[in-house]
Formats: sequence, C-alpha cells, structure tokens
Amino acid sequence: MSGLPRNGRPYAKLASQLFAYACAACAFSSVAILVLLLWQMLRFAWGWLDWQFITSFDSQLSPHKAGVRAALVGSIYLIGLTTLFAVPIGVGSAIYLEEYAQRSRWRGIVQTNIANLAGVPSIVYGILGLGLFVRGMQMGAGVLAGALTLTLVVLPIVILASQEALRAVPSTIRQASYALGATRWQTVWHQLLPAALPGIMTGVILALSRALGEAAPLVAIGAAGFVMFTPQGLNDSFTALPLQIYNWTENANDDFRIHVAAAGIIVLMVMLICLNATAVFLRYRFGKRIHW
Amino acid sequence: MMTEASPPARPTRPVTQRLTTVADMRPADDFLERPQKVVATNVNFFYGSHQALHDISLRMPQNCVTALIGPSGCGKSTFLRCLNRMNDMIEGTRVEGEILLEDIDIYRPKTDVVELRKRVGMVFQKSNPFPKSIYENVAYGPRVAGVKQRDVLDGIVEQSLRRSALWEEVSDRLNESALRLSGGQQQRLCIARALATDPDVLLMDEPASALDPKSTARIEDLIFELKDTYTIVIVTHNMQQAARVSDQTAFFYEGHLVEAGATTDLFTKPRQKQTEEYITGRFG
Repeated sequence: MSGLPRNGRPYAKLASQLFAYACAACAFSSVAILVLLLWQMLRFAWGWLDWQFITSFDSQLSPHKAGVRAALVGSIYLIGLTTLFAVPIGVGSAIYLEEYAQRSRWRGIVQTNIANLAGVPSIVYGILGLGLFVRGMQMGAGVLAGALTLTLVVLPIVILASQEALRAVPSTIRQASYALGATRWQTVWHQLLPAALPGIMTGVILALSRALGEAAPLVAIGAAGFVMFTPQGLNDSFTALPLQIYNWTENANDDFRIHVAAAGIIVLMVMLICLNATAVFLRYRFGKRIHW
Repeated sequence: MMTEASPPARPTRPVTQRLTTVADMRPADDFLERPQKVVATNVNFFYGSHQALHDISLRMPQNCVTALIGPSGCGKSTFLRCLNRMNDMIEGTRVEGEILLEDIDIYRPKTDVVELRKRVGMVFQKSNPFPKSIYENVAYGPRVAGVKQRDVLDGIVEQSLRRSALWEEVSDRLNESALRLSGGQQQRLCIARALATDPDVLLMDEPASALDPKSTARIEDLIFELKDTYTIVIVTHNMQQAARVSDQTAFFYEGHLVEAGATTDLFTKPRQKQTEEYITGRFG
C-alpha cells in the first residue's frame, strides 16, 4: 500500500498519552492550590466568621470585637461607583474605536496605548489618582477619589473586552443593517450592542473583580486602614476589604494577624465568587438568545 | 420536502431538467425602450490604488432583471455594491463617474446614503438574518425609518412575507428566532426584509449560491415574480440562472464590462470572443 514505515514511531502513542497526563496534572495543580488555600483560610477563620464579624466595625482593643463592616460597605460603594464610571466610558470608547474611528495613525496610537495601559501596574494608577484626584481636584482620600482611581485601573480592561465583543459580531449583521437604511447609531443600538452584550458584561464583571481585590492603588491615594464609620458622602474617608485585610495582617497580635484576617479574606472571596457567578449567569441568560 | 411547495403561477419542472435551452428563453425584450431606472456612466472604482472597475457604463431598465456575470474577481459584486454605496463602508475606496437613480446622482455629496439604501434594497450571498424573531427581522427596516404603530408594522410584515413567498410557512411562528429557519427560508426572509422598506431597486449578490437546487429554484421563481414590482440587479456565477431569470445580461471581465445586451442575444449570439468563451465554459 503506502510507502510509510509500519510502526515507524513506536512511542508516538505513549508520548501522546504522557503529554495528556502532564497537561491534566497542570490543570489539577492550580485547582489543588486554590482548594488548599481556601481550606487553610476556612480553618483559620472558623469560629471567628460570624454575624458579629460582619456587622461590627474594626477594633483596636479586642480581636473578638473587630468586624468587617466599614470595609464591606466601603468596598460595595467603591464597586458601585467604579461601575458607574467605567462602564459608560469603557463601552463608549470601544464603540468609538470599533465603529466610528477611521483606520488612521491616530486610532493606532490610541489602540496601542489602551493595550499597554491594561498592563500598567495598579500602583502607578494609585499615584496618578493621588496627584490628579486627591490633590489636584482637592477630593481628599474619599470614596469618590478611590472609585475614580479604580476606574483608571479597570478602564483598559473594560475597553478591550467590549472591543473584542463588538468585533465578534459578524460583519454580515452590520452590512444587513446598513443595507436596510439604518444609521450608524441605529446599527450600534439595535444590532451590535445586544449581540455583544454577553461579552461586554463578562468583561465588565471580570474588571470589577479586579477592582474589588486591589489594595495598592488605595494605599497610594492614602485611603485609611482603620475606619470606625461607613461613608456618608462621596468625599468621606473609607476603607476597603483588601486594605482592611492588609492592615490586620500587619498587626502584632496573632488573633488579628491570623484569624481575623482569615475571616476578612473569606468575606472578600465570597464577594468575588458572587460577582463571577453573576458573570456566568448573565452570560448564560443573554447568550442563550443568540446563536449564530 | 413537502413544505417547499411551488407557487402556482409558473409550472415547475424538475430541477434537473431546468438546464437552459434556446426555447427556454424569452425573446429579446423591448427592455431598452422602457424607462431607465439606474444608469451608470463611466464608472471607475478604486480600492486604494488598485482600480477594480474600468469605465463601466450600463443602463438598468425599470421592472427588468439585469444579471451581472463573469469569473471571480471580475468586479461584478463591486459594481453591484456601488449601486447602494455599500462600498462606502470599506475604507480607502473611491468612485469616479456617475450613477443615476432615476434622475438623482447617488454619488453627489448631497445624497443621503440612509435614504438611498431604503430605495435600493440588498440581498446578500449568505443569508444573514438578525439574531431576532422572524417578525423583528422584517420590521427592522420600517422601524429604523420611524414607523412605530404596531398595526402598520403588522401589515408591512405580512405583505413582505407574502411577497417573498414565506408567509404560508411562518405565519404561525413569527416570534420564533429567524435563525431556526432553513437556509432557503432564511434567504427568503432576507428578501422579505429588503422588501419591507418598499425599495424601487433590489440588488442581489449571488442570492442562491449557498442554497440547494430546490431552494434555488424557489428563489428564481420569486425573482421572476418580483420584477413586476421592482427593478432587480443580480450577480450570479450560474450561467443557467442568468439565462433563466434575467432580461439583460452584462458580462464583466477583469474590471471591464465586456458586453451587455438582451439575455437571449448575449447567450445565443455573443459579439465578443471572451463572452462566448466564458458562457460556453472555456474559461472562468
């Protein structure tokens, strides 16, 4: 029949199997580390994570009286405000870059810059926020300044994810819409945004998860670590979960350093898991209606 | 198979017997005496520095089907897309010459492209329904044009679907996703969608090339019926299709319009050697 040697590579099948096992091991190791970490945290937090912990403010005296209330409320404020700023600006930028901007040198520069900004360390944004919002605009280290700084951090991610989602809408849809006499705006509003929505929302929520976990930019703008009240106005000082946890781990008292911090970490993880579950749900809910 | 019933107007032969014979074709029409709907004069088209169309002049009479034929890359689709300015969407393109729709030059700066595209509908090679319901697909054109009353929209949707011979098949499931229709039904839905804006001219870019023979026959029958109301320009790779459905045929080659004339004449006594070689299948 053919001139190919029979059994020319006797180990090919074995090698293929070994490779599959190696890849599986890599996949499991990351899950294993996560499970180990969660297990450890749960063990430390056991007995400390209770309703009192959720509803109390921090305490300098007793680890048993310390709670996560200020940080939890602060984080919720931050995420809410960041969403309010980052989503319209991010999606708007993506629509401009994908649907309106001509392929010019100028657009290339903007595009390259956004891609690069996504990789800038968040502490750099923190320093920018300190100079621009806290000092330049005289906001102080309040919730508003914190949210604006986090907006800077996540904006490139939101823009890139939205662009990706818009680009994934088949060009035949655009052509069909324009051929029916739709304007650019009508095409964006009635066809492209609905079709891109699951992708955009996934990107937004992943970006918000990142914002929720950021401590460095908040440290840089001078957000407080110890707060005994929840913010009432936009310029009130605040703390956030990652900051609060960082603060506890710095404490000399072992109960603070290990148990209270672990309880805080569990609260943060639960929030993150809720956010990600929302992303999965929204993707499923809106993605179901569209199948190309 | 049973759902794809043929319209009663034309006797339908089995698809395998539909190969063109001279007897099949209608005699040369009086189409050049009819009012001219679209007139292209000395049209040049450029993609950047590459010239894709050279000095094309072609008249497309009202209520006639004009077929554009030629090998791949000959410029026939490019020319078709000049007629509703879809090429504007591609950056770096440029048009010279004049294209008149009735007596308006569609490339003069004052022309409202959105208005133009309502008057010149288009059906694409691959059916491209929106990922919405059948109803919303057809209602989209009138909606973006500002029609809001539900009963008016209902009327337009039904009329358009009837004209595209789809109504009987979908009237009981207008709210189902258009993406669940078969390929042939989707293409007829796209035709209905184009008809819903009440255009004068219908452009079709190889509307049947992705369909099976039976669906193709349905589309061809439909084109034949629609020309009573619309002026149709169709790009096709299929010579039999051009011969079957069109009154006028234009043969493009390498960006030039080699020959245009009554379909019967062009297929039986082509004046140019290139045309003869192409239609007899010696190249292309």
